[in-house]
Amino acid sequence: MTQATYNGVLNLAAGAFLLAAVLIVWRRELRSIVALLAWQGIALAAIPLTEGVYQHDGALIVVGVVVLLLRAVALPLLLAQAVGTEAGERRESTPLVNTTSSLLITAALTVLAYAVTRPIITLDPSPSTRAVPAAFAVILIAVFVMVSRRRALSQAVGFMMLDNGIAATAFLITAGVPLIVELGASLDVLFAVLVLGLLTGHMRRTFGGTDLDQLRELRG
Amino acid sequence: MSTTTALAALATVLQVVAVVALSPVVVGGMRQIRARLEGRAGGGIGQPWRDLRKLLRKQQLTPAGTTVVFAFAPAVVAGTTLLIAAILPLIALGSPLDPAADLFGVVGLLFLGTVALTLAGLDTGTAFGGMGSSREITIAALVEPTILLAVFALSVPGHSANLAAIVSATAHNPGQLVSPGSLLAFVALAIVIIAETGLLPVDNPSTHLELTMIHEAMILEYAGPKLALVEWASGMRLTVLLGLMANLFLPWGVAGAHPSMLAILIGLVAISLKVALLAGVLATVEVFIAKLRYFRIPELLAGSFLLALLAVTASYFFATPTN
Repeated sequence: MTQATYNGVLNLAAGAFLLAAVLIVWRRELRSIVALLAWQGIALAAIPLTEGVYQHDGALIVVGVVVLLLRAVALPLLLAQAVGTEAGERRESTPLVNTTSSLLITAALTVLAYAVTRPIITLDPSPSTRAVPAAFAVILIAVFVMVSRRRALSQAVGFMMLDNGIAATAFLITAGVPLIVELGASLDVLFAVLVLGLLTGHMRRTFGGTDLDQLRELRG
Repeated sequence: MSTTTALAALATVLQVVAVVALSPVVVGGMRQIRARLEGRAGGGIGQPWRDLRKLLRKQQLTPAGTTVVFAFAPAVVAGTTLLIAAILPLIALGSPLDPAADLFGVVGLLFLGTVALTLAGLDTGTAFGGMGSSREITIAALVEPTILLAVFALSVPGHSANLAAIVSATAHNPGQLVSPGSLLAFVALAIVIIAETGLLPVDNPSTHLELTMIHEAMILEYAGPKLALVEWASGMRLTVLLGLMANLFLPWGVAGAHPSMLAILIGLVAISLKVALLAGVLATVEVFIAKLRYFRIPELLAGSFLLALLAVTASYFFATPTN
C-alpha cells in the first residue's frame, strides 16, 4: 500500500466515521439509527485494518477484524433486536433539543473538537494524528446525543458512539493498541450492551415504555 | 485590445446571451420532464417563452401604495443575476470581470437579489407578501452561508477563492473530486441549490396554495412585464446555479483563459449539455419526492450547513501538507 492510498483510505474512514455520527443526530427513526451505528462500526474497523496493512502488523489486523465483528455486526444486531420488540416505539420522540438546533450544536462541537486537539496534532503531525479531531468530535457528539435523547435505546446508541469515538482516538493516536487491551474493552462494551438490552426489556415490561422523561414519577 | 482578450470578452457576452435565451428553455424542459413522468402531456419545452411573451405584452399595473422598492426589485433581481452570469466561468475561464469578483462577491450578489424581492414583498403591505418574505428570508439565512462554506471547501485545494482558479485546479487534478471534502460539499451544494431555486422538497412553484407557497407569495402582486422579468430572473438564477455546480464538479470542456473560437464553441456546447443533464436529473428526482412541511425545512438546511462545515474541516484539516 502506498503512502497516498494509505492517506486516502484513512481520511475516508475518519470522514465516514464522523458523517455517521452526524447522521445519527439527524435521523429519528430508531432502525436507521442502528443501521448508521453499524456503518460507523465499519468505518471504525477500517482504521486499524488500514494501519495494519500499511505497517505489515498482523496483530493490528486481528484487532481490526475483532472490532469489525463486534461493532459492525454483533452490537447493531443486538440493538436491532431490542428495536424490533418495541412495537409502536420505532421512532425517537421529539428530542429535548429540536433537530435544527441539534445540528447546529453538532457543528459547534465539531469545530470545538478541532480547536482542542490542535496541540496533539502539533506534537506529531502524521496522517493518523491529523484525523484525531474527527474521532474527538464523535466523542463530543455522542455525549450530546446521550443527554438530549429521551428513549433508552437512543441513549444506548449514544453510549456506543462514545465508545466508538474513544476507540478511534486510541487507534489514531497510539497507532495500535495491544490486542489484550482491545479485547478487554470490546468485551466490556458487549456486556454493557447486553445489560442495557435486558434493562430496556425489563423497563418496558414494568412501565410499558422506555421514554425516560415519563419515568420520573414514583409508581407503587 | 489583443485578439485573445477580445475572444475572452466574446465568450463572456456569449455566456450572458446564452443564459438569457436558454433559461426559459431549461425551466420548460424541467416542467416537460415532470409532466411526462406524471403521465400528463405537458405544455412543451417552449411554454415558458410563450408565457413570457404573453406577460410582456400586457399592461403594467402597479398596486396602490407601493413605493420605489416594489418598482425596482425585478430590475435588481434580473441585473444581479445577469452580473453573476457574466462573472462565473461557464464557457471560458478568463472573464474580464473575473478578477473583480470572487466567490464572496457572487454569493453577495445572489443575496442582494433575494433581499430586493423580499423587500418588494413587504412593500406591498399584503398579508401574503409579508408571509412569503418572512419564509424566503428564513430559508436564505441558512442557504447563503451554506453556499459560502461549500464553495470555500472546494477552494482549499486550489488555494484561491477565485471561481476560475477553483475550476481550473479541479480540471488539472480530478482525483480530488472523490475526496470526502468535495463529496460532502457536493451534497450540501445540491441541497441549497434546490432550496434557493424553489424546487420540490422545499417549495413548489407550480402551486398557489397559501399554506405552502414561498416564492410565489412574495411576487403575488406583480403583473405584466414586471412579473415576466421576475419569472425570467428566477429561471436565470436556476440556470446560473446549475452551471456553477456543473463546472465545479464536472470541469471538463471549459475553455481556458485565452480561448480560441473553437474552444468557445466547445465550451458552449459542453455547458449546455451539463446543465441539461443536471436539470433532467433534478426534474426526475422531483417527481418522486413530496414537499417537506415548512417547519421541517430549517432542519434540512441546517443539515446541509453542517455537511458544508464538515466539508471545510475535512478538506482543511485532513489535507496532508505538501512539503
